Amino acid sequence: MSTTAVESGTGSGTTPTPPGNGASDRARAEQRLGWLLAGPAFVVMLLVTAYPIAQAVYYSLFDYRLTDQENISFIGLNNYAVVLTDQIWWISFAVTVFITVVTVAVELVLGFALALVMMNALQAIRPVLRAAILIPYAVITVVSAFAWQYAFSLDSGFVNSWFSWLPGIAADTDWFGGTYTSLLVICLAEIWKTTPFISLLLLAGLAQVPDVLQEAAKVDGATWWQRMRKVTIPNMKAAIMVALLFRTLDAFRVFDTVFVMTNGANNTETVSFLAYRQTIARVEIGLGSAVSVLLFLSVVIICVGFIKGFKVDLSQARGEN
Amino acid sequence: MSTREKVLWVVAGIAIVVYALFPVGWIVSLSLKSSDDIANGQFLPTALSWENYEQILVGDAAELFLPALRNSFGIVLIATFIACVLSMFAAYAIARLDFTGKKLILSTALAVAIFPVISIVTPLFNLWRQIGLYDTWPGLIIPYLSLTLPLSIWTMSAFFREIPWEMEQAAQVDGATTWQAFRKVIVPLATPGVFTTAIIAFFIAWNDFAYGISLTSTSASRPVPAALGLFSGASQFESPNGPIAAAAVIVTIPVVVLVLIFQRRIVAGLTNGAVKG
Repeated sequence: MSTTAVESGTGSGTTPTPPGNGASDRARAEQRLGWLLAGPAFVVMLLVTAYPIAQAVYYSLFDYRLTDQENISFIGLNNYAVVLTDQIWWISFAVTVFITVVTVAVELVLGFALALVMMNALQAIRPVLRAAILIPYAVITVVSAFAWQYAFSLDSGFVNSWFSWLPGIAADTDWFGGTYTSLLVICLAEIWKTTPFISLLLLAGLAQVPDVLQEAAKVDGATWWQRMRKVTIPNMKAAIMVALLFRTLDAFRVFDTVFVMTNGANNTETVSFLAYRQTIARVEIGLGSAVSVLLFLSVVIICVGFIKGFKVDLSQARGEN
Repeated sequence: MSTREKVLWVVAGIAIVVYALFPVGWIVSLSLKSSDDIANGQFLPTALSWENYEQILVGDAAELFLPALRNSFGIVLIATFIACVLSMFAAYAIARLDFTGKKLILSTALAVAIFPVISIVTPLFNLWRQIGLYDTWPGLIIPYLSLTLPLSIWTMSAFFREIPWEMEQAAQVDGATTWQAFRKVIVPLATPGVFTTAIIAFFIAWNDFAYGISLTSTSASRPVPAALGLFSGASQFESPNGPIAAAAVIVTIPVVVLVLIFQRRIVAGLTNGAVKG
């Protein structure tokens, strides 16, 4: 269905109105009905996002602390200068990038493997696998974070006693005592929780690879690996890219898991957590808003980078054509 | 497929089930450990104990957990309902009608979906305090719409595109208006899609933590994930792990039940809107 051809009739059997003559009554009524139906959702979306972000941009230009309402003063881009010259920002940025890269990379490989298994599994066990894989997706992030934290924690965990035969792991190994071990557990929890989503998107992509191509390659004597590289993956590139983009954007916003597991201790603070801490915990509205705006800009840059760099076609991805 | 291959795929399938259920099994197991047993260093409890469930349902922690459970159900169900009604109309218009601005609406939905929640929390925190929505149900329902609306619009538009629209045309030829055709013909056909969207929207709102923890301060509106997140610090017990695990199990039950009943539809809903050839 065309998205722009307003005057080209509606496909309902009426004769198309000649272009330039304005829309027919029918088309005009449809135009009005369209906005009548879609308008409320559109307005609500704008109100709950555009307004707050505009407000954040505005506040970020002020020296504004909630506990000090009298001394609100305009300081231009000073908050941004403060944030961007502070080590805390760059550490949280590096931590966020680290978590994003590690989780998305592992999830892509693991998710692909899960998708392949589901694709090839016998008809009889497919519903079981589908239900199983949806469970991590549906479990609350906070619950998943607690489960993984308690598994590794000193007071209630079993990981240390199970894996004590590995070098470097003893009964008193404190996983949350250092930056890298903490990040490892955070990444594990994130990977467990979000791989199902990526694997379902990849499974849908796999299902779209034409069987004829696979058969032809088989007849030509291509090995499994060759078919995978030359037939399967190129034919599902769109699905892979969409899955990657959505997971990257999602991973970059990581907040819940960090909050529960480490509360930002040992340099595990992410950008989202920093913005939260500045605003909600320290009520530094001005500085916190600046961090929020920077976080928003990072996400926009990632998104534009993906769309321009990898030519991700989101209109196709969203079934809009 | 050879027998060896079959066995291989079955083994891989079992690995997936273990992968998915292991952490859930662990939190269930932990919730059944008594407070002396928590630190036994083992996966399973030495003896089963309902102590933790007692504590959060009737004991000391009940006044923290039960209001949070009520808030979560109330707020999430209302937000899901509003999001579904709004996006049902929007998706119908997008899938069916020709009007300018369709692209704008879909792009806006996409932009809202990739929006970092924390960037919205900061200004809302301030605004809600000024206009009295801080720590109220509407104060969470409104931001939950920003989480649920975009996805609902996509998912439902994708479902609505699959509907055989000739039937609507047939109704219109028979003299029905656009509105009648929508109500009498399309609504029954669209119900499964709307229902699936509602489940996914429910999951998303149920999962929220950032809004819950930032925009509430008391049990008047604090939802379960936020209550759990703060529980560890605010409790007077020796170790809050057991009660938290029990609470975690209780809030996981509804989503597991939904998944088990509607798995096929949920998968269709999740992938339908996102990957389409």
